[in-house]
Order: sequence, then C-alpha cells, then structure tokens
Amino acid sequence: MSEPILPPIGMLAELTHRCPLQCPYCSNPLELLKANRELDTQTWLDLFSQAADLGVLQVHLSGGEPTLRRDLEQLIAGCSAHGLYTNLITAGVGIAAGRIEAFVEAGLDHLQLSFQGARPVTTDRIGNHQGSHEKKLETAHRARAAGLPLTINAPIHRQNIEEGQEFIDLALSLGAERLEIANVQYAGWALANRSLLMPDRAAVDRQADIVAAAQEQLAGIMTIDFVTPDYFAIYPKPCMGGWARDAFMVAPDGAVLPCHAAQTIPSLRFERFGDRSLAEIWTDSPAFNAFRGTEWMREPCRSCERREVDWGGCRCQALAIVGDAAATDPACIKSTAHTRMAALADETGPSKTAGDDTFIYRRIGRDFDDSDNPRR
Amino acid sequence: MTVLRERAIVSLRSAPSLPRHVRIQYDPVRLAFAVLAPEKVFWPNDISLDILRRCDGQSSVERIIADLAADYDADPQDVADDVIRFLQEWSDKLLVKL
Repeated sequence: MSEPILPPIGMLAELTHRCPLQCPYCSNPLELLKANRELDTQTWLDLFSQAADLGVLQVHLSGGEPTLRRDLEQLIAGCSAHGLYTNLITAGVGIAAGRIEAFVEAGLDHLQLSFQGARPVTTDRIGNHQGSHEKKLETAHRARAAGLPLTINAPIHRQNIEEGQEFIDLALSLGAERLEIANVQYAGWALANRSLLMPDRAAVDRQADIVAAAQEQLAGIMTIDFVTPDYFAIYPKPCMGGWARDAFMVAPDGAVLPCHAAQTIPSLRFERFGDRSLAEIWTDSPAFNAFRGTEWMREPCRSCERREVDWGGCRCQALAIVGDAAATDPACIKSTAHTRMAALADETGPSKTAGDDTFIYRRIGRDFDDSDNPRR
Repeated sequence: MTVLRERAIVSLRSAPSLPRHVRIQYDPVRLAFAVLAPEKVFWPNDISLDILRRCDGQSSVERIIADLAADYDADPQDVADDVIRFLQEWSDKLLVKL
C-alpha cells in the first residue's frame, strides 16, 4: 500500500438474516444464516466498542430484520455509550408495542423504514407478506410520535418503477425528512431475479425526471437521495465509497466484509470478529487489502482521471458480469463489457410484463439451485 | 397528499437550531469536529463550525452575525451574506431548523 490506511467512518451491522419479508432483491447473500449462527449480545457490544475506538462514527443496525433481535435495545444503548450515531434500518413489520419508544430511550438517532411499493398491493406482493404495507404505515406513525427522524427507503425495480411520484407523496404524507429512491443493485438475490426486476430504459428516464423535479421543488421540505441504476449508467458508483476505504459491514456470524456481496468473490477469504480484532481485520486482512486504494487497478482504471472518484466501481459486479473481480466495473463506459451490460438491461427489460411474479423469493434455507442463477 | 412541512426561509429574526438527527461531535481519532446526520458525516471548516455551534434555538440570526463579525473582526454585511447563505443551504437540506 502506497497510501496510509484511513480509519473507517461507517459500519453496517447485519444483526440477523431472519426477516418477515422475502424481497426478491434482498442484499443478504443467497446462503442465509440461521439464528444459531448469530453473534451474541456481548460480542456485538465488544465489536461496537472496538469500532468506536477505530474511528467509526455511524452504525447502521440492519439485517434481515434487526428488530427480531430481542437485545436490540441493549445494542443501541451500547452504541450510544460510545457516541456512535445509530441508524435503525427496518422493514417495520411486527415491532411489538413499546419497543420503538424503548429504542429512543436507548439512544436511537434515526430510523430508516423500507417500503417495497407505494401501493399496498405492491408492498405486500414484493415482500410476499399480506398486510405489510399497513404495518409499515403504523410503524412510521409510531416513529414520528416517538420523535424519531425518519427516512423512507424505496428499492426500485421494474415492478414498482412507475410508482415514483407515489413514493414521494407517501414519504411526504408520513412527514419523512428523507426519501431514498434506490434502484436495486444486481447482486445475490437481485441477480437471481434480474429478468423480473430490470426496468426498461424509458421507465428509468421517466423516473429520473420525476426525482429531479421533486428534488428542486422539495428543498427544505424533504431530502431525496437518488441511487441511480448501474445498468443504465455511464460511470460506475464508488461502491461503499471505495473498497475498504471508509466503511465495512459485519454479517450476523461476525464475518467482517468490505461490502454486502463481497462473499461472492471466491478468491477472497474473510475473517471473523473474535478470531481477530476489528483493527487487525481492517488494516491487515488480505481481503480488505485486495482492492483497497488504486494499486490493484489495471487499465483503463489505473490511468483514469476518475480513479479516485469511483475507485473502480463495484468489484462484485465486475465478477458477476465480466467474470473477473479485478476488472473495471462494466457500468463504466470505458469497460470492454459496458455494451454487454447495457445489452443485458435491454434484453431482460421489456421481455416480461409487470405483474409477473414468479420471483425466487428470499428465504432462509431455500434450496437454491445455482443453475437458475443468471450470473453471466 | 398531505405535506406536513413548509420550506423555511432565513430571516434576521430566525433562531436556528440543530434538529434532533444532527449533532456536532468531536472525533478523537481524526482530531476534528464532525457533524453527524442520517447517512452523512460532514467535516465543517472553522467558520461553518462557528455558525453551527451558535444554532442553539435561542440566538437570532442577527445576533449570530453580530457575534461572528466581532469575533472575526469582519464587515458585518459580508458576514451576514455568508451566514444567511449557509443557513439557507443547511435548512434546505433539513440539517438546520429555523
């Protein structure tokens, strides 16, 4: 490494893979962990303490559904004691009475609530959970009543991309400070369901226009963050702000990872918290150092003026589309696979109609047949 | 659709404060003050930090401008322009309450 390793700012803690919803684009891995593989309370608390010492400022408590952890109040309190800014990322289904207030009491700073659709029928179908939309509305109201700032997260794909304006109206009516319109990233479950999820180009353009107009109109009323769809991009996104640059995530079993999908890269071995300290893993782990900085880059990244803007983009997408994790992210126009990726979007896009719901739904212990997985 | 909030416009009488989801915190690892907000961390420069620290919900914008002009020995009109622009920008991002 020619440059010094900076301390991480953010940590995504996937406390559990258990979830009442079965969204077909879940960012958890295809091989989901059962409850008996989850770290215990004390180990998470040790991890948060080490994270704060290492320089982490924000912890995103996620899953699966993090509120299924009965010790969530304790974990929030542990983060707060170290001055960590806590963000709870929840599906908002089945949170017992009194718990949201208890999270606030424990020091929760912010709540992010997902909506799979702006319409009840869409939310219930995408998450494969009847009545989930109503429960989410109730969670939003309870969060507001408890004084929590609220972000609504809307994962976007072909089945709900036409609900863009309705998502904006929904978030406004719930009093959210923030709305994330996040186009699905095609790794893991989303890649397995890509043919049903990929929007067509015209819908992507319409969505971008709606979001841009709303962003201007809603200054001072609601912030809209827009995660653009890679398959229609010219340049890649700086995945995780750059591999092992300022953020990391921890899987339910304590595996410390540079990003959600890192375990899809077969050449990498990941270390677990407990076997080594967090600081050792962050600085020394070969997996973290594999794509850190710019030294690992080949052309066209190596001499690109954007190399410290997007850090080569997404390694997992390079592997999934190009077959090589060290290749340029095919979202980049300079990638030799860029036109192939755009063609993938075009050929999967309009071929199936909205409403076709033969999804491979996310489930723990699902007997996943990898031959169905359109990795290439 | 019900919109529960209106865009606030900075005036000299506004008494800005930091909303609950925004906090200033000293970071002993990086030896700098950070502003923590949902999904974002800001590293304000000295002047921005001086403005944000005065956002206590008590001090008026007029008072903040006068204090900063005195502290920096600067022309109050120049300070006023900078402070108002800064607060409007942060209010538009819902990071300051007016």
